[in-house]
Amino acid sequence: MRIDPQKCVACGNCTYVCPMGAIYIDPVIRRATVDRDECVECYACYNGLSQEHLNPTMVRTVRKVFQFFRLRFEPEPDVCPTAAFAPEDLTWPRIVRRAFSDPRVPHESTGVEGRGTEEVKTNDVSGRVQTGEVGFTIEFGRPAVGVRFHEIQKMTMRLAKAGVAFEKKNPITTLLKDETTGEIRDDILDEKIMSAIVEIKVPVERTEEIIRMVWEVEKEVDTVVCLGVGARCDETGRENIVAPILEQLGYHPERAKTNIGLGRITNKPAAEPRTAAEPVTTR
Amino acid sequence: MTNTLHRFGNSESFRDDFIVFAIACRGKNEQDALPRLRKFLEMAIPFGPINLGDARNGGALRPSKDLNPTAHWNRDIQPDFQAVVNGLSHITTVAAVFDDRVKAEEFVKKVKAADLGLSINVSTSVDGADQCCHAAGIARHSVGYSLGFEGKTEKLPNSQVLTLMTMCGHGMIASSLAKKMIDWVKEGRRTPDQAVTYLARFCSCGVFNPSRAKRVLENARSSTK
Repeated sequence: MRIDPQKCVACGNCTYVCPMGAIYIDPVIRRATVDRDECVECYACYNGLSQEHLNPTMVRTVRKVFQFFRLRFEPEPDVCPTAAFAPEDLTWPRIVRRAFSDPRVPHESTGVEGRGTEEVKTNDVSGRVQTGEVGFTIEFGRPAVGVRFHEIQKMTMRLAKAGVAFEKKNPITTLLKDETTGEIRDDILDEKIMSAIVEIKVPVERTEEIIRMVWEVEKEVDTVVCLGVGARCDETGRENIVAPILEQLGYHPERAKTNIGLGRITNKPAAEPRTAAEPVTTR
Repeated sequence: MTNTLHRFGNSESFRDDFIVFAIACRGKNEQDALPRLRKFLEMAIPFGPINLGDARNGGALRPSKDLNPTAHWNRDIQPDFQAVVNGLSHITTVAAVFDDRVKAEEFVKKVKAADLGLSINVSTSVDGADQCCHAAGIARHSVGYSLGFEGKTEKLPNSQVLTLMTMCGHGMIASSLAKKMIDWVKEGRRTPDQAVTYLARFCSCGVFNPSRAKRVLENARSSTK
């Protein structure tokens, strides 16, 4: 993202709306400026701010007059008065920032918006996490801190060393150059993103081992971690296997996302491949 | 939608926070899902949601790309639910947010009866979701627990800011904007109702809860933590 210095009037509204705090008024040019290294290309500024299309010269003049008389000009705080934001055509590897930060952009690898994974929210149809299994979503960078891929790699390498299989339909898995080592592609290691979810599934017996492993890695990374634990309920809708383990480890989950099991497979089966004996119509 | 899962707060603070969302599974039931997703949104409106949204186009309060300058004095802060229904353009996750458990329960009953074939999730406190399912006569299929925030938590803002900003789990509500809105309400420069609408416009999938946010802002007037 960049801000057009010809249009910017340095009102400062955008400095508050950047989740990474990457926008500041440059004291030399007196215009809002994006710190490109800290910007995660989430587009919160471009998508979230309403835009007016006022004449920049007129707005600057009005602001100067108000400033001279020590009057506070108080426009709406979620408006860019001159539509000064100018999205860039992003190329690799920077484009990976937007994929993991702008929730409106579906991940190419999974076709899913947001952090790019369905996890247990479609479990009633996908069967991703079965009875006796635990699905982990280990999210780095959220909330409000951000993360670079080399930090996430500390977790993926630790998990790979423990022989844990990564969820195939997950954007981070698709960026591993070697699933057996958990190494992430070299060319994106320094890219900063809003957050990303490492997703795995293990037998329920390994729940404590994985959580203790996450605790260890948390000490080594310079960001925050959100841990989500998914499990299948029994036929009466109870989940009495994983919750006690979590309690034993000192967790008392306050919030949960509950799949209520109303989904079913409705896609039509793919057509059978045509045999050589069948005629091909060209009409 | 892990963006609804990791909200900051305890069970008590989720008493007015019930998100019911529908999602199609790739390769399993996404064919012809668009009309079913639209029906889900349409069905929610009579039950009095406080927000409605889709993950591509946002919630019932949206920013404008061509704002009239008179908006600074006379801005519409009413949510437009029908615009969300009409604007659904892609197969994506759609959500309805309620601030009342009974309303959420009644909606879940309606969704069950409609048999949309989509995966339906309820995101709220562990007990709240359990009660919702019980009222609708549904046995829960799967559960995803949030274990909260760990790691370098010293980088996080205070609890009031955190409560507001985590109502957009995608991280589109900046901590500095949430802090600014708390300050503006304390200073009397904006009402909680107005401040809530500024925050809601940044949530890109419509799961922000304006009622809970208003409660947080009103409480923040007299406390600083």
